[in-house]
Amino acid sequence: MRYSAEKLSEEKVFKDPVHRYVHVRDRVIWDLVGTKEFQRLRRIKQLGTTFLTFHGAEHSRFNHSLGVYEIVRRIIDDVFAGRPEWNDDDRLLTLCAALLHDLGHGPFSHSFEKVFDFDHEDFTQAIVLGNTEVNAILKKVSPDFPQQVAEVIAKTSAKKLVVSLISSQIDADRMDYLQRDAYFTGVSYGQFDMERILRVMRPKEDQVVIKKSGMHAVEDYIMSRYQMYWQVYFHPVSRSAEVILTKILHRAKQLYENNYSFKNDPIHFYSFFTDKVTLEDYLKLDESIIMYYFQIWQEEDDGILSDLCRRFVNRNLFKYAEFDPAKEYKKLAELTRLFEKAGIDPEYYLVVDSSSDLPYDFYRPGEEEERLPIHLLMKNGELKELSRESEIVDAISGKRRTDHKLYYPVDFLEDESSEKNIKKQIRTLLEINPRVGDDESC
Amino acid sequence: MLKDHAKLMQAVLVSGEILGRKKLQKMIYIAKKVSFPFHERFQFHFYGPYSEELTLRVEELCNMGFLNEIKEKKGGYFQYRYTLTDTGKEFLSLNEVEMPFLQDCLEDMNDQNARFLELVSTVLYFDNLSKEEVTDKVFTLKSSQRYTEAEVDEAYAYIEALKEKTKLQ
Repeated sequence: MRYSAEKLSEEKVFKDPVHRYVHVRDRVIWDLVGTKEFQRLRRIKQLGTTFLTFHGAEHSRFNHSLGVYEIVRRIIDDVFAGRPEWNDDDRLLTLCAALLHDLGHGPFSHSFEKVFDFDHEDFTQAIVLGNTEVNAILKKVSPDFPQQVAEVIAKTSAKKLVVSLISSQIDADRMDYLQRDAYFTGVSYGQFDMERILRVMRPKEDQVVIKKSGMHAVEDYIMSRYQMYWQVYFHPVSRSAEVILTKILHRAKQLYENNYSFKNDPIHFYSFFTDKVTLEDYLKLDESIIMYYFQIWQEEDDGILSDLCRRFVNRNLFKYAEFDPAKEYKKLAELTRLFEKAGIDPEYYLVVDSSSDLPYDFYRPGEEEERLPIHLLMKNGELKELSRESEIVDAISGKRRTDHKLYYPVDFLEDESSEKNIKKQIRTLLEINPRVGDDESC
Repeated sequence: MLKDHAKLMQAVLVSGEILGRKKLQKMIYIAKKVSFPFHERFQFHFYGPYSEELTLRVEELCNMGFLNEIKEKKGGYFQYRYTLTDTGKEFLSLNEVEMPFLQDCLEDMNDQNARFLELVSTVLYFDNLSKEEVTDKVFTLKSSQRYTEAEVDEAYAYIEALKEKTKLQ
C-alpha cells in the first residue's frame, strides 16, 4: 500500500479540552506528530507572556496545531467530501499543512522576531524543506510533497481553496485559537458555534464561502475575534511583560556587541546576536532555555540586564499610562529628558507600546483588494461580502479602534533615595498616585 | 519614539498623495525590498504581499490626526486617498527621518498603477526563485490579472532601475 494511503490499524485519539477528541487514522499524520520538530512545539506556549496575566494560559503550540488539524479534518471528511468543487486528492496535503502550519514558531516568537529581525514563517519553510524528520516523512509521500506542503503554508500554492481552509479570514487556525485561548485563559468571549460554521462552509472555486443561513454564527465568530483581541491578546499587563522581554533581548544583544563579558556564556544566543541563525540552532531553542538565561542573568553585573530579568522572572512588571501620541508627544520628549537626568535609561524604561506592535487581523471587508473578505453564498448562487449583509459586522469593521500606552517602572520613580526632585517632576507628569496602574491581576 | 510611524509619514509626505490602500501597501513593500528600512511584516495573501501591521499603523496615524484619509466611492467600490496633515508635518519636523532617495523611488512608484505595482511586488516576493519560476508563479497565482511575459520583463527592469536609485545611497 502506498504510504500516503496507509491507515493505522486502529484509530488513535488525543483527548482535547476544546474539540473533545482529535482523531488520527492516517499513518503520515501519526508519524509527523512523532517527529522531534513537532514535539518541540510542546515546549512553546501558544500565548507567550499572557500566562503572567491569565494564569491558565500555559497551553502550547502543540495543542493548537493538533486542534487546527482536527478542524480541517472535520471540514474535509464531514462537509466537503463528495462535493464536486472539492478534490479529495488534496486531503492529505491539506491535513499536513494544517498540522504543520506553526512549526517554525520559536519561544516568545513575537519579541524574538522583532529584536533579531527574522520571520518564523521562514523557519517553517526551512523545517519542512530542510534536513529534518518532518521532511523525511513528507518525502516518503512523494519527492515534491514537502514543497507542496510548504507552499500551502506560505500561501503561495496555486491550490487556493486548500490555502483558504488554513489561512483566510475564516479559517481553521483562527477557529481553533479563539476557542482554545478562551478556554485556557478562562474568559467567556471566545465562544461561538463552530459546529454550525463548519456545517455551512462550502468550497467555491478558489475560496471557502459561507451559506447565507450561517451568517449569524459567523457574526458571533467575528465578535469573538474582536473581544479576544482587546480583552486577552492586547491586555495591558501582558503587553508590559512583552515590553520587558523585548528590552531584555535588546540589552543582551547590545552588551554582546559591546564585548561585555557574561558570567555564563549565552551560547544559545550567539547565532542570534551575530545574525547567523542556522536551522539547527533555531530548533535547540525553546522556552525552558530562555527562562534559564533569564534566571542566571539576574546575577549579571550589568544593572539593566539583571533588573529587567528580575522583573520578568518575578513578575514585577512596568506600570502604564494611557498615551495619546498626537497630544502628548511633546510631553514624552520632556519625560525622556527627565528620565535621563534621573539616571534611568529611557531606552529601556520609558516605552510606548501601540496596538500595531501586536498586529491582529480584525475582519476587513477588502474594499480595495487588500485581503480576500468572507463571502456569503446567497440562494441564487451569488456571492456577497459579509459586512454588506451583516449590520453587526459592518459596525465593527467600519470602526477603528487603536490604542497606545506608556510603560515605566513605578518603583524606580517612587524611590526617593536619589534624584528626589526630578522623580517628583516625572511622577507629576505621569500623574502617578499610589493606586494608578496598580493592576496586578487581569 | 514612534519611529516606524514616522517613517510611514515620511513616505506619504514625499509621495504627496497616495491613492488607494492597495497601492500604499505595494509601495511600502517594494520600498522595503529595495532596502529602505521599513519594518512592517508582510505575508503573501490572495492579492499579493500584504501587511496587517502596516494597515494598523495607517489606522493609528489617521486616528492621531497625522494622516488624512478620504474615502471616495468609485464605481462599485470605495477607494481611499492619503495625505499628511499639518499636525503630521509638525510631528515629523520634530522627529526627523533620514531616508535619502526615498522621495525619488516613491514618486516613481506613485506614477505607476496599482496593477503594475502588484506585479512588481509579487516578483520581489519570489526573489529567491529563478526568473522562469517567478514567471510561472505570476501566471498561476495571478491568473486573473492576465499579466503577459512582456509585463514580467518590464517588472524586472523596473526593479533594477529602482535598485540603481538606492545604490546611490
